Amino acid sequence: MVNRNLKRLYTFLIFAFLYAPIIILIIYSFNDSKFRGDWSGFTLRWYAELFRDREVIRVLYYTFAIAITSSIISTVLGTVAAIGIHGMRGITKKSVLNLNYLPVLNPDIVTAVALMALFRMARLQFGFITLLLAHITFSVPYVVLSILPKLKQMNVHLAEAAMDLGATPMYALRKVVIPEIMPGIITGGLLAFTLSIDDFVISFFTTGHGISNLSIYIYSMARKGINPTINALSTLMFISLVALLLIINNRSEKSKKIIQERR
Amino acid sequence: MKLNRIGYPYLIWLGIFILIPLLLVTYFAFTTGDSQNFSTFSFSIENFEKFISPIYLGVLYRSVKLAFISTLICLVLGYPIALIISKEKPKIRNIMVLMLVIPMWMNFLLRTYAWLTLLGKNGILTKVLSFIGLEGVSLLYNDTAVLLGMVYNFLPFMVLPIFSVLTKMDNNLVEAAEDLGANRAEVFWKVIFPLSLPGVITGITMVFIPAVSTFVISGLLGGNKSTLIGNLIEQQFRYTGDWHFGSTMSIILMVFILASMALTSKFDKEKEGGGGGLW
Repeated sequence: MVNRNLKRLYTFLIFAFLYAPIIILIIYSFNDSKFRGDWSGFTLRWYAELFRDREVIRVLYYTFAIAITSSIISTVLGTVAAIGIHGMRGITKKSVLNLNYLPVLNPDIVTAVALMALFRMARLQFGFITLLLAHITFSVPYVVLSILPKLKQMNVHLAEAAMDLGATPMYALRKVVIPEIMPGIITGGLLAFTLSIDDFVISFFTTGHGISNLSIYIYSMARKGINPTINALSTLMFISLVALLLIINNRSEKSKKIIQERR
Repeated sequence: MKLNRIGYPYLIWLGIFILIPLLLVTYFAFTTGDSQNFSTFSFSIENFEKFISPIYLGVLYRSVKLAFISTLICLVLGYPIALIISKEKPKIRNIMVLMLVIPMWMNFLLRTYAWLTLLGKNGILTKVLSFIGLEGVSLLYNDTAVLLGMVYNFLPFMVLPIFSVLTKMDNNLVEAAEDLGANRAEVFWKVIFPLSLPGVITGITMVFIPAVSTFVISGLLGGNKSTLIGNLIEQQFRYTGDWHFGSTMSIILMVFILASMALTSKFDKEKEGGGGGLW
């Protein structure tokens, strides 16, 4: 019994540690004072100001524009790449896989300065395009890595059977291979989206000309003190994500129940 | 089936966006000159000589030390929680795993920044400490604060891989050990822990790499006193403009990490073949 309570206490402490800053952020998004640390009453004005703040809206626009575009492109590129890599053999396969692993293993800051050097050498203007290319670059390897296991699990003869029955390779790919690896593609795409939304280090080095995503904007404000509108914005984003999750969870529970009842 | 051909465009992509940039950084590392003008570059190992000085080696040592300590703390704190979660019923287990992931959905800079409020002069933790008699203890802008930021940010990366290995573990092995008379400590150290090593090693990798190369956590929580190798690289590229020396430090950091990964993976005998055979 003592042991069990000890476990509960420990679990509670760890989760308290993980959630303490989030709770603080949410509380301070309702704080009437502009300075962190002192509480001077409940207000909703940061939420109202959020929708009037052009800068914040612009930052939000770029964050989502980059995340959506880069995750779509890297999902397509990663899917094609994974299918290609799966068909490779020997040394080619091994070296491609190792090259693919590099951005995953390399510290973000090294990937960031390497891309910065590339864009400078190619004389690209730092801004939206460089930011987008950088995000695709660090996302694709994760998409490839989430699809490859699904390809390994797939029955090798499925695509061959389809082609024996007269399907062209493209048709077999579309109707047999892609549906088989769909869970991997979805995981990869979601991963790419999350990585892009949350990225700071690589974006920080590869952007320019006033194009900022949320992380860069927060970092630039951190020294002088973060505007409470950002707290309000993150609270809204956080709560909508959790709500979305609960809805999805609820729906899948319901569909599970329906399936069980039918049986 | 000639489907492997459709992998070739990605080969070109990898070449342009992964291989060439790294070669460029290596080139920068071994040259000196005006960073903005390629025609002024000349081969030199000056930057490496510059790095081998007590100041820079000291920074590297500090970065490695802090990353090592934070990885150790993550392991000690994270292993028990992974074990506890893995023994729960599937339904509670899923909720707890989700609760580990949810904090990551809030921007990590903001979450780190929130610690400034918790640790600051009027912060809750400072008040608690002064209440129990530890008045005037500075919690911010020192190594302890940086360590706390690292552990806070990277703890889930340690828990999740260990957890996923533990849930897949064959429970019959634990029962067999118990039937053969092993006590709980023996079951843990001779059966559970060795079997969970692949997860532990993945966890260590996932905590150590971002910890050793961070410049955000040290920049926010460590103040000016806490310079890590990441901060030095950031300064060279963003402010000083000496891309050559910045590249030298990036290469040193990268080689250091790849070497330590190669070392750790030696302990990881169960590692599956296929991807990442180089490490």
